[in-house]
Amino acid sequence: MSGAALVEVAGLHKRYLAHGPEAVAGIDFSIVEGEIFGLLGPNGAGKTTTIGAITTRVKPSAGLVTVDGFDVARDAVSVKQRIAVIPQRPNLDRSLTAIENLVFHAAYFGEPRRTRRRRAEEMLERMGLEGRADDKVDTYSGGMAQRLMIARALMHEPRLLILDEPTTVLDPQSRLFLWDTMTDLRERGVTLMLTTHDMVEADRLCDRIAVVDHGTIIALDTPRGLRSLLPAERGVEVTVAGAQPLELPGGDGVESVEGRVEEDRWHGRVYGDVTAARLAELVRAADRDLIELRRMEGTLEDVFVHLTGRELR
Amino acid sequence: MNRASNQAFVALFERDLYVTFRKDLIPFLSQSLLQPIFFLFVFGRVLPEIGAARGSYGIALLPGVLALTLMLTALQNVALPLVIEFSFTKEIEDRLLAPLPVTWVAGEKLLIAALRGILGGILIIPLGELILPGGVDLSNASWIGLVAMIVIGALAGACVGLVHGTAVPPSRITIAFGLILTPFIYTGATFYPWESLDGLRWFQVVTLANPMTYVSEGMRGALTDQPHMAAGWVALGLVVSLAVFGFLGVRGFTRRAVD
Ligand SMILES: Nc1ncnc2c1ncn2[C@@H]1O[C@H](COP(=O)(O)OP(=O)(O)O)[C@@H](O)[C@H]1O
Ligand SMILES: [Mg+2]
Repeated sequence: MSGAALVEVAGLHKRYLAHGPEAVAGIDFSIVEGEIFGLLGPNGAGKTTTIGAITTRVKPSAGLVTVDGFDVARDAVSVKQRIAVIPQRPNLDRSLTAIENLVFHAAYFGEPRRTRRRRAEEMLERMGLEGRADDKVDTYSGGMAQRLMIARALMHEPRLLILDEPTTVLDPQSRLFLWDTMTDLRERGVTLMLTTHDMVEADRLCDRIAVVDHGTIIALDTPRGLRSLLPAERGVEVTVAGAQPLELPGGDGVESVEGRVEEDRWHGRVYGDVTAARLAELVRAADRDLIELRRMEGTLEDVFVHLTGRELR
Repeated sequence: MNRASNQAFVALFERDLYVTFRKDLIPFLSQSLLQPIFFLFVFGRVLPEIGAARGSYGIALLPGVLALTLMLTALQNVALPLVIEFSFTKEIEDRLLAPLPVTWVAGEKLLIAALRGILGGILIIPLGELILPGGVDLSNASWIGLVAMIVIGALAGACVGLVHGTAVPPSRITIAFGLILTPFIYTGATFYPWESLDGLRWFQVVTLANPMTYVSEGMRGALTDQPHMAAGWVALGLVVSLAVFGFLGVRGFTRRAVD
């Protein structure tokens, strides 16, 4: 990634109770303007605490956090002007209707009276809530409440949008909608940070991912970079017509082969430094029909197990 | 930055006014007035009528009930919503992330609660006129004193409410409300002039710890020519109450707002 850092977290520690354990035990990272940055880790890893430190809601025990150059501890108001948060649990204003939630939020951020309502209507429409503008928010389903919170967050055009486990409680359709929304926002130049314990989500959305466990970052890279940490998962997966195994001469970086037959096809997992192109040549040389050829990259789930020796959930 | 914070403060206040007057008025007024109406009716009308109190007791009662309504309404309108917003609905979060300092959010809560207290308190005067046998006689009232006591009393109630709402853990809230409100109501010189406690010295001293004592006594001085605590002591009591509870309340709020 290139570009300037929008968020800098340096040496962050947080201990909630004087003699309790550290919820965050020394975290450093930066978020580059325009990227989608993920914090991936199991429950209790310290993700929400880290978000709290960025959003002025948690006072660090040690360390420095800045947003757009403003120190969170010393210039909280400037930080709050630049960020928006979609929390783990809904926090909508239950005394108000949906559109009133947006209108008043905009007012908190100094949006002129003339334009508040129109902007709110546009935002509701963008989030597919236009028919429900005047409903009280406690009649909203979980997915709708979240879309409303996103609409609210966008009312003041934040530079950084933070989502804490946004898809944990969503049905598949709302989840896809959210993913599309996040990708769309990123294209409009909004920087995003999300926490998740969902590998597929992290893999699909994030430009970079910090894997956190027990309050520390144990790896930080692109999804592809993280997967390449898996030694055994380097290789190529190949499917050819015909039940007999593919003959592979030695060399070419092949370390081992696992094969199986399925309905007159042979599937092989060829481990080692062998390239897909070289394998395609070998298939042709053996005079076999190539059906599928795929580089194996492993899943982030495997990466997590590899790094910590534990399942993620 | 200051401009943004000013705008945010005004907008928060606007939201609360909107909810008070457009959404919440009837439930809010019934919650704040029901108890004082019964106090006025039972102590001011029923007791004299059955001969258990002198007929003039109603006149002695009004300033105290006015003080009680002001303070209790303000107190409850900050304490209860705070507990709910911090623990259950999390509504407070949208305010805490608005571009203003956390202490200002607390200040705005105090302001709107005081306003609600003032609203409830003022209505006690016409209600007294309706309920009390002798009506309400304001011919001897000091208007400046009355307005000052209404505003300061409501603010003091709001400060006590802020302490209460942020000091009590949410799981204890129901029991805490009973345990704190009941002594608050009955040690505030509401139903008798403070001076008349001369014969019950220890209780008279205890009541000095309750900010409501000063509001009741000040109100008594402003509204009637009954005996009351000297204005200087009332003023001192109020200043100390506002300072102590205001400080503890804002500190409690900040601690709840930032982990
Ligand atoms: N307000 C709090 N007071 C005390 N401990 C807390 C508080 N919030 C979180 N913790 C503890 O800090 C650790 C990290 O929590 P959290 O940041 O919420 O993790 P995550 O979001 O990754 O699930 C956990 O052990 C949790 O119990
Ligand atoms: Mg969390």
